[in-house]
Amino acid sequence: MILIETVDLCQSFNGRTILKNINLKVERGEALAVIGPTGSGKTTLLRLIGLLDLPASGRIYFTGTDVTASGRAGLDTRRRMAFVLQKPVVFNTSVYDNIAYGLKWRGGKGGQRQQEVDHVLETVDLAACRNRNARTLSGGEAQRVAIARAIISGPEVLLLDEPTANLDPLSTAKIEEVINNIRHQHQTTIIMATHDMSQGQRLADRVGVLLNGEIVQTGGWHEVFQAPDNRDVAEFVGMENFIAGAIASSQDGMVAVKVGDRVIEAISHYPAGATVSACLRPEDVTLFLSPVSSSARNSFVGEITRVVSSGPLSRIEIDCRFPLVALVTRRSAEELNLEKGKKVYATFKATAVHVMKREEASS
Amino acid sequence: MEEIWHGLVKAIQLIVTLDPEVMGITGRSLAISASACLIASVVCLPLGGLIHFYRFPGKRVLTNLIQTFYSMPTVVVGLLVFLLFSRSGSLGGLGLLFTPTVMVIGQVILVAPLMLGLTISALSGVDRVIPDTARSLGASNWQAVGVIIREARFAVIAAVILGFGRAISEVGLALMVGGNIRGFTRVLTTAISLETGKGDIELSIALGIILIIIALIINIALNQIQQRRA
Repeated sequence: MILIETVDLCQSFNGRTILKNINLKVERGEALAVIGPTGSGKTTLLRLIGLLDLPASGRIYFTGTDVTASGRAGLDTRRRMAFVLQKPVVFNTSVYDNIAYGLKWRGGKGGQRQQEVDHVLETVDLAACRNRNARTLSGGEAQRVAIARAIISGPEVLLLDEPTANLDPLSTAKIEEVINNIRHQHQTTIIMATHDMSQGQRLADRVGVLLNGEIVQTGGWHEVFQAPDNRDVAEFVGMENFIAGAIASSQDGMVAVKVGDRVIEAISHYPAGATVSACLRPEDVTLFLSPVSSSARNSFVGEITRVVSSGPLSRIEIDCRFPLVALVTRRSAEELNLEKGKKVYATFKATAVHVMKREEASS
Repeated sequence: MEEIWHGLVKAIQLIVTLDPEVMGITGRSLAISASACLIASVVCLPLGGLIHFYRFPGKRVLTNLIQTFYSMPTVVVGLLVFLLFSRSGSLGGLGLLFTPTVMVIGQVILVAPLMLGLTISALSGVDRVIPDTARSLGASNWQAVGVIIREARFAVIAAVILGFGRAISEVGLALMVGGNIRGFTRVLTTAISLETGKGDIELSIALGIILIIIALIINIALNQIQQRRA
């Protein structure tokens, strides 16, 4: 059942277009992540869906009813949702009162209210801070207060705008756990904005990619990660290798992409002659020091041109007569003694390659 | 020098013995200014809220105008009120000139811009995300307004106290529309200016000390409030 639907939603500020023709459908009980770089319009979109702002044009339907125009219907709908804003501000009062506000505005009864607040305080693990002034909390604790006061009323829809931005990994893990629990215990519909794709993957089952104010692709994680619709999406989801070539032959869904004098095998239906990019995630490339017989159909010898290590991973740039980037664990980079000038065999499966039509202008 | 010293000693005597004349004047001053302050608050706080929350053309001009009137000369307000309530004025029929009532009215007009302007700036000082947060938690627009005023409560109280300070310390208006009638419209400031003119230095000094004490109390209260805010 479609819970929320947006139709041709547009937003602009001072003549500048922020959102263009957003058409989204969200099912009841679903968790949708809106991903996109900073400034792509994620917050603006959530604010429209949360009925905090009026769109420049377009409509929003909640269970089939048009709730775009503010007013009684808008307020009633707003009270069935809860929105955790990106930068949580807590009210200058106790933690308890901060959370009780969420109930009061929705008409919770006094005695019952206290029990519910105490219960939700346990849920977000803040019972010890019950009577502290919320302004004295740390960033992670304040974010948990923000989530607590949002979920206390048992909203049907939870809107989260970058729920863990600027938080340390421990606080992030805690908040993600809280969100997952809410979702599984109450079948709450969740729409979240994030630029952290791994977080989106952990918390949501469907994704909409928002680039420059437009939803450019929606689908499951696998689809968006492995088969992005265009180069912008591909770059955003972490594909780093875009190898320009042309289809030499195409048969039964298998193609040979000619790149200079080398041939990459891939899964695709493009006909022979089409100019394409062979796209590849750097973590799908495996490196060997000697030729190996593996099930991977593509293996190219090349010379390492650069090694950059960050954290537990090493990024290896290789010249295989076409540039290729591989991501390996730092440990294996050290074990294989990968360094500039070394000869390696870069190997990847045909299924790891996503073939995308190439527009001459952008290549 | 000796004259001042003598006056000071007599003045302290007047205060310590709770001289009925001194106490009467002080009480009247407090009552008139407090009433003015109360009425001005009831009008200005919601009005300031409205001006803050609604976008309308000329809002900036209005805010600037209000700020200009912070330092409106008291005698100008006095003149305005005098003309309104004098026999030939449009409100002359009420016969209010030279009564405490008209003094209250005058002081309301005097402190209103200050309270209004400071309320507006107090509300603008509240994080813009606060009303959004309230609405995102299901608050109606009016409930969101309540949250903002509560968040700005210390700054709003400061606005009221400053208004009271301006009301109790002004002399021009009280003299012009009150008339300094003994036992009826004579207040601290008008009494000081009159008694000094008459040469009754000790009463002037006594009343002056009381006025300074009131100013001191107001300042301490303000400081306390501002510290709680931080």
